Amino acid sequence: MAGNDIERLINYLSKLPGLGPRSARRAALHMLKRREALMVPLLKALESAAENIKPCATCGNLDTDDPCAICANPERDGSLICVVEEVADLWALERTHSYKGRYHILGGLLSALDGVGPEDLNIAGLITRAGAPEVTEIILAMSATVDGQTTAHFVTDRLKGQDVSITRLAHGVPVGGELDYLDDGTLSAALKARRPL
Amino acid sequence: MEWSDSGIVLSARRHGETSSLVMLLTKQHGRHAGLVRGGQGRRARGLYQAGNRVSAVWRARLEEHLGNYVCELVHAAAAGLLDDALRLAALSSACSVVEAALPERHPYTNIYGEFLSLAEDIENGAAWTESYARFELTLLAELGFGLDLSACAVSGETTDLIYVSPRSGRAVSAEAGTQWRKKLLPLPAFLLRPEPAEPPPAEELRAALNLTGWFLSGHVFAGAKLPPARERFLERLALRG
Repeated sequence: MAGNDIERLINYLSKLPGLGPRSARRAALHMLKRREALMVPLLKALESAAENIKPCATCGNLDTDDPCAICANPERDGSLICVVEEVADLWALERTHSYKGRYHILGGLLSALDGVGPEDLNIAGLITRAGAPEVTEIILAMSATVDGQTTAHFVTDRLKGQDVSITRLAHGVPVGGELDYLDDGTLSAALKARRPL
Repeated sequence: MEWSDSGIVLSARRHGETSSLVMLLTKQHGRHAGLVRGGQGRRARGLYQAGNRVSAVWRARLEEHLGNYVCELVHAAAAGLLDDALRLAALSSACSVVEAALPERHPYTNIYGEFLSLAEDIENGAAWTESYARFELTLLAELGFGLDLSACAVSGETTDLIYVSPRSGRAVSAEAGTQWRKKLLPLPAFLLRPEPAEPPPAEELRAALNLTGWFLSGHVFAGAKLPPARERFLERLALRG
């Protein structure tokens, strides 16, 4: 039906998250129809990204510069470090525009099932950063799952002895959440974490 | 094929982009895996956390197929423990040990019942650490490697039992074990009590978990390392002192 090159393109596109073979075919066709307007600029962007984007040696964020734009930004509050699992979590927090500190990306969570142990995570780098005199607070922003919180407790243990306060994100009722529709786990966590008004 | 059963989530592994491969310990069907479509979704992820109790329906065309699970949450045990590092580690450890130790699709109703009461103890009980050690003893017994702590293997005495033979798994009295005490495993006194009472001292608890760990590793896991979650639980216990 299609030539080898098209098949190869569809094959690679179908490996992307959110794209199956059918949607990969549509995407390939869309690009081929808009070669100059879309395909060539996309190719250039991909080449440039592959060549220039690298993990920041300080925090693990992905950027063209090392240190990354967040680590290099003097406007950022250097006394706060927010520890997240992956770059996607950093992006999620950045979208809120409510955090102006720095980040540290662990690169995963402790998981016996997936064979991820402490040595596979960037914990040593965090301990070194936490020892810097300007750092006063470490915010653990891991997911509210067994693996996420197991990792958070593990990191807390490793940070003991450092002169920093360790905090974590609250668990509870989301904005716009109706109690009737919340699962039992979230509700009981919210009840446990209640605070005076 | 279709059945309904009550179960405890042992693990949920990502499968593809949206599904999860969920392992349950069910009452009637033992350790049983199944695919949960949409298991990675926002709503489902909280349900498939290790230790949660669910009501499960499993469907497949043939019995030997992996099949699909549809589960409903009965009790979210994990959510209440997220803030308690030690209890969370204990629950993870119990789930990992059960997942690694039990064969698939073989009913162990006794282990299921014991696991349920252990999970309740971990959530609310005062002597939950003792329950944990006793649970591992039950697990060993159900798998055919039970320890005989009723009488001394050498003299038949029923008092002053303070060792366990690492080979036979039988208790040894203080007097009979004097000669081999360096080779014998210490038997903590609280394991000789009929029922959990008050939390045992940290040293006794460590000895009990070393004892069960020795036989789990040697017999159930055939010399392989115990699950990392159990190691982390022991590390955390040691930190508590």
